[in-house]
Amino acid sequence: MDEALLRSLTPGVLAVLVRRGADFAAAEDAVQDALVEAVRVWPADPPRDAKGWLVTAAWRKFLDQARSETARRRRENLVEEEPEPGPAPAADDTLQLYFLCAHPSLTPSSAVALTLRAVGGLTTRQIAQAYLVPEATMAQRISRAKRTVSGVRFDQPGDVATVLRVLYLVFNEGYSGDVDLAAEAIRLTRQLAAAIDHPEVAGLLALMLLHHARRAGRTAPDGSLVPLAEQDRGRWDTRMIAEGVAILQAALARDRLGEFQAQAAIAALHADAPAAEETDWVQIVEWYDELGRLTDNPVVRLNRAVAVGEADGPRAGLAALAELDTSLPRHTAVAAHLHERDGDLATAARLYAEAAQKAPSLAERQHLTRQAARLNALLRG
Amino acid sequence: MAKYLLLKHYRGAPAPVNDAPMEQWTPEEISAHVQYMRDFAARLKETGEYIDEQAIAPEGAFVRYDGEGRPPVTDGPFAETKDLIAGWMVIDVDSYERAVELAGELSAAPGAGGKPIHEWLELRPFYSEQSCVTE
Repeated sequence: MDEALLRSLTPGVLAVLVRRGADFAAAEDAVQDALVEAVRVWPADPPRDAKGWLVTAAWRKFLDQARSETARRRRENLVEEEPEPGPAPAADDTLQLYFLCAHPSLTPSSAVALTLRAVGGLTTRQIAQAYLVPEATMAQRISRAKRTVSGVRFDQPGDVATVLRVLYLVFNEGYSGDVDLAAEAIRLTRQLAAAIDHPEVAGLLALMLLHHARRAGRTAPDGSLVPLAEQDRGRWDTRMIAEGVAILQAALARDRLGEFQAQAAIAALHADAPAAEETDWVQIVEWYDELGRLTDNPVVRLNRAVAVGEADGPRAGLAALAELDTSLPRHTAVAAHLHERDGDLATAARLYAEAAQKAPSLAERQHLTRQAARLNALLRG
Repeated sequence: MAKYLLLKHYRGAPAPVNDAPMEQWTPEEISAHVQYMRDFAARLKETGEYIDEQAIAPEGAFVRYDGEGRPPVTDGPFAETKDLIAGWMVIDVDSYERAVELAGELSAAPGAGGKPIHEWLELRPFYSEQSCVTE
């Protein structure tokens, strides 16, 4: 049984049922039933048209369900008016599924879970493992989300920006267990990019590819963090970088800049540099200025301060940093880095230790503690 | 088999023998410490004595119910004791003696100067399931 094939077909089948008027939760149950049947029947009797088979089976399951419910007569009328099930073009339906799963009435975490389940075709167990929560917890979250969107109809165009934000969240979750969420996010974004012609979708896809390409270099074999400047660039995936850059260039040529394209441009400049010291920091600062015009995100300004520190020297970076709220995440770590580059090792060591206390992950905490330890060892001579 | 919780106390417990804040160690000493803990956990996984471990961030809050219709009161992180729990490990071992032995070993992780840090560990048994007695 080809699990990847089933996973790739699931959203299309689900979308057909929803388009035909099936309630989302009921459609999802029907598709799951059809998948179970496929696993049972296919090994002995493989279908010629896998998707057509699944649509037919799922629709039949849905009808069985619908008939047995109280609103039986009304639903049967609805059913009789529908065309016979059969293969249908996937793209438009699946797109609507993206919009449904990213519906503004859902919390971000619910939208992410529902997207992975409905569009990604992952099992509840896989999603739960990826998020390190018990399966029952994730099952609850998903069924709550399904209830929330069950009344939503596809009569208005969805908001691409919301869909992109959800996909970006999936990407940023990293990975664990047998599902690599970053790779999954790339797969879903690729699918979205094939279905919809939008420069920001291309921008997000390019951004994910450019980040993902550098993943092997980001951690040492013992799991500790390796900062960008110290990464072994030979471990970066150059093929993926080339693909990301090509997608980005095509998107930029459309001249409809958005925040994902701008972020991808920054990632591309890092990925392009053969060595850390050859990074084009001046151009990176220009892209951060562009990004700052597109979004009012304080994290963008914090990153800009780092770039300014590289382009114009640590004093300029510290001046840019001084204009920002000190409570920003990683503000202290950035200050420590800039003070070290400015030669003030004592201040830098103190700030690294302080930043370690506030670090959001253990790997980051240990990295920052090591930075403090390194400078303290130097200061002791 | 019985389950035990090992709570890693930092601030709040009596000062350990080798009491130097981690940022005063050398990076090599930090690596050695982390590696020791990792090896320790790996060994317990081999023997089937390992259940779970988590590190906990230093910030936190005290929260309690404070009467009908009132918001819960947060009293700042560890306000009364200034205690700090850095993380836990759960083990499943044959005897109390084995639990003490392992806690002692974990407490001997190398610290500053490569010498054991003598970190304090609180060892607490889990209540077990009601056992079914048939006579």
